[in-house]
Amino acid sequence: MVKITVDGKVLEVDESKNLLEEILSQGEDLPYFCWHPSMGSVGSCRQCAVIEYANDEDERGRLNMACMTAPREGARYSIEKAAKFRAQAIESIMINHPHDCPVCEEGGECHLQDMTVMSGHNYRRYDGKKKTHTNQYLGPFIGHEMNRCITCYRCVRFYKDYAGGTDFGPQASHDNTYFGRWQEGPLESEFSGNLAEVCPTGVFTDKPFSKHYVRKWDLQTAPSLCAGCSVGCNTNPGERYGTLRRVVNRFNDEVNGYFLCDRGRFGTGYVNSDERITVSMTRSAHDAAPHLASTDEARSQLQAMAANSIGIGSPRASLEANFALRELVGAENFYAGISTNELAMSRQILDIYRSRPVNIANIKDIEASDAVLILGEDVTNTAARLALALRQSVRNLGKKMARDMKFPEWQDAAIRQLTMDRKSPLYILSAHATRLDDIAARVKIGTAANSARLGFAIAHEIDSSAPAVNGLSADEKELVTTIASALKEASQPLIISGTGAMSQALIAAAANIATALNGADKKANLALVSAEANSMGLALLMESSDNSLDQAMASNAKAAIVLENDLYRRAPASSVDSFINGLDQLAVLDSLKTRTGEQANLVLAAGTFAETSGTFVNYEVRAQHYYSVFKPVDTIRSSAFWLSDKKLSELTQGCADSISGGAGIATLTPGEGFSVSGMKVPRQQHRYSGRTAMRANINVHEPKQEQDEEGILTYSMEGVSALKDATVFNTAWAGGWNSNQSVFKFQSHTGAALKQATKGHCLVENSVSEKTWSEVTDAEKVTGDFEVFPLYHLFGSEELTANTEAIKAKATSAYIAINEADASKLGLQASDGVSVEHNGAVPYIIRSSIAPGTVGIPVGLKGLNFRDLPAAISLQKATDWATPSEWHAANIIVSDKTSVNAENGGEA
Amino acid sequence: MLKIFLHQLNIIWSQIVSLWLVFLHLFHKSDTVEYPDVKPHMFPRWRGRIILTRDPDGEERCVACNLCAVACPVDCIALQKTEDEDGRWYPEFFRINFSRCIMCGFCEEACPTHAIQLTPDFEMAEYVRQDMVWEKEHMLIDGTGKYHDYNFYKVAGKAIGGKGKGEALDELPPTDRRSLMP
Repeated sequence: MVKITVDGKVLEVDESKNLLEEILSQGEDLPYFCWHPSMGSVGSCRQCAVIEYANDEDERGRLNMACMTAPREGARYSIEKAAKFRAQAIESIMINHPHDCPVCEEGGECHLQDMTVMSGHNYRRYDGKKKTHTNQYLGPFIGHEMNRCITCYRCVRFYKDYAGGTDFGPQASHDNTYFGRWQEGPLESEFSGNLAEVCPTGVFTDKPFSKHYVRKWDLQTAPSLCAGCSVGCNTNPGERYGTLRRVVNRFNDEVNGYFLCDRGRFGTGYVNSDERITVSMTRSAHDAAPHLASTDEARSQLQAMAANSIGIGSPRASLEANFALRELVGAENFYAGISTNELAMSRQILDIYRSRPVNIANIKDIEASDAVLILGEDVTNTAARLALALRQSVRNLGKKMARDMKFPEWQDAAIRQLTMDRKSPLYILSAHATRLDDIAARVKIGTAANSARLGFAIAHEIDSSAPAVNGLSADEKELVTTIASALKEASQPLIISGTGAMSQALIAAAANIATALNGADKKANLALVSAEANSMGLALLMESSDNSLDQAMASNAKAAIVLENDLYRRAPASSVDSFINGLDQLAVLDSLKTRTGEQANLVLAAGTFAETSGTFVNYEVRAQHYYSVFKPVDTIRSSAFWLSDKKLSELTQGCADSISGGAGIATLTPGEGFSVSGMKVPRQQHRYSGRTAMRANINVHEPKQEQDEEGILTYSMEGVSALKDATVFNTAWAGGWNSNQSVFKFQSHTGAALKQATKGHCLVENSVSEKTWSEVTDAEKVTGDFEVFPLYHLFGSEELTANTEAIKAKATSAYIAINEADASKLGLQASDGVSVEHNGAVPYIIRSSIAPGTVGIPVGLKGLNFRDLPAAISLQKATDWATPSEWHAANIIVSDKTSVNAENGGEA
Repeated sequence: MLKIFLHQLNIIWSQIVSLWLVFLHLFHKSDTVEYPDVKPHMFPRWRGRIILTRDPDGEERCVACNLCAVACPVDCIALQKTEDEDGRWYPEFFRINFSRCIMCGFCEEACPTHAIQLTPDFEMAEYVRQDMVWEKEHMLIDGTGKYHDYNFYKVAGKAIGGKGKGEALDELPPTDRRSLMP
């Protein structure tokens, strides 16, 4: 820490950070554009100018960019004295800025508007003509309006440098500079949505939001969570006129930082979908016509059938809802709603986190790791936010080189120059090429069983007390020693695996490697990705029971209550059919229409994440609370309401009491009595408009504001917005900072944790030091022509988000992926389909990375049920083949796709 | 005694004066306006009934920017943005609850396109309060209102149908992004 003087004020600041970051951290205002806390400084926008004085006698000083200045002990700076320069700089930035604010989606939350006001520029004196640019079509997610650009380069620095995108960059020169793709087309990066938040002005905007646009101040928001995968990113969804409008990032330094993936940002349109179940219904038989049921009727029917029912839970329902169902039917009648293997994997992960000497890696740990091994998990498609963090981890070599040269870490461009192509090692063992291959030191293609075998061998290589593997080839031995020595040398090694490959051996191998790396002074980072938003929460409830869906279907039960679960996505269709046909009574609670729900005697309309409150437990067993954003129509209620008479807080307390180590679950919210100035926290901002007109067409007499009896938030403007207090962080706003950049006002230090808000609570405290090992399991020999491995799609594999229009535009129907040699062996021509054993015919793509004799089958895409397939299948050229209408080969973004015929739905 | 007499006289005198003054009013110009037979003169900047206007090309001026709604101190304006196939923003619905409106004119001041204007029409009474909720079709007139020449989309940089990039006021033609020439 050093002492500096800024405009006469003495400040104590961190000399390893830049001056801009430190001035902002002290609560001062200083305009900036190009600097970003996650992306460092490049000094290109000239907005954060300050005067630096040489010594106490110096009256004149010299102009310096604060973001490119390291604070010196005893130095004297002035923000005020450089005000004129900053005003001139922004005046020239604004020369070509169009007169667009009223028709710009960024208006009202625009960093450029804020900074212009802050710098004092208000009148365009230059009367020359304005430069203009044409726009590009950038896909269904991002709108492009190039005229508004101020060439701060943040988009490129995020898209290319930070997120590793390859199809977007700067073009032309001087004041013609253009940011776009080489030709029009959808952006390929899975993180393109962050451009809308990173861009300080309205060049890149949220396209689905624009279709039903309202200003930031008109959105009713609450702190929520993304339900798209097991990472549990923190979000702020916004509602207006009863529909969910958009999702923006909510900062949580340990879970998602400043960024979201595109599934999380654009995948919530299903909340407004026509496929929603909006009223509860009853049917006398599985195929009879439905009758409307009132809330009371539906609830009493459910209670009546509960006594002799089994309950089938869900990894996408909240912890409270699953707990309420377990209470209702009794623990022995409660089944997990996932297959035996999947339940076993979730419980295995819990066991590993509890019993192995490892550090459960959050996103900060992942970004700080200097050697990474990914075991069989396609992270980009199953837990995308982690892939973005992994891209930062390989930069640690460069950061270390910079540290050795006594170079500050925020010097982003300089460090990239210094590092060039050098990267910290990252190894991938996978069944197919992945989107992270471009940063990998080595990629080894192989089946999950083989990757697990190599994993066990690596563990043995690192620590000889780990069980050994016999029969490695020379190539494999070389790979094993290379990876083992890289991991051993690293100061913070990271092992990533997960349930994606559906292999328990793989997870065991990952655990063995992480255990082997445990040394006197270091613990390896281990991240085991689970399948869905609350997979680990379900596992916590199933700790003393191994009741899986398979067992539920074999239980001969005559009545079943299914909680937010489409059984046809979990098990072979034939066994689900016979299970449902054997039932006298089936009750389904869900938000969207499903094949299971269509056959239910009782369908209860359940709220989505946006309409209910609850707890999700993410891949690191971090419990996080989400608050309802808005109240849906009266017939839609939360699953917890349908299943239990208890209040949500009582259910949460019940979860905390019944889960071992779960006490933290009850501490996720500030508690029922929480208030600011004696009032609840409003979900609507202080500028919320239209209060007395929005419902006036229905009735001019305004109804009473919606009440939230249980929560600490109100569905109104009443109360004091927590403007400087992030305890309930429902939107980032500070005086003069209308954009999301204002988040620094809530952070303890710019870019660091929020001052008050909860980061969630990790339910596993790992302080194990003793090493234990998983035994090497021999892979079961599979018989069949083609060994099946699962493929995941960020857009389409997840059940709920797949019902969103924007996601549909980026998704495709089912297909298979095989090697070229296998394709010609099957005699496939480019426009042919492949008929899959136990299933219909689907299109195919050729991927050069896929090993001969294996076939990639996408999970969750329409047209093929992965669970219907055995471990190995036979394939045949389809006869009578017509390409399905939803087949869009161009939406499959992989590096090794060699040929797809235009007739087959895509380009080469 | 005299005092009482003078006092009585004074009262009678004052009544005569009053009668005389009232009599003189027969020859004065009447102050009473025979409304509604006679309409008062309203000044153009009077803040009365709110209208939505069209630009000189006859298109809706409102771009659904929401600034009037946020400026409204009684929150009586609600609208929703939508856009046509060429990217022109306009309100899908635009509603004012006149039973809440206080005719402050902040909406007009906030409007960046001169779309929303207050007019000298004050005759807005209704028998049923629900009839004071006005939608866009009730407020949108065919003319430009008080401001005749302004056409927002001719000044803005956003392309709409009939106006491409670089065709707005004081704009250069779009740059060639493949050129490196100075």
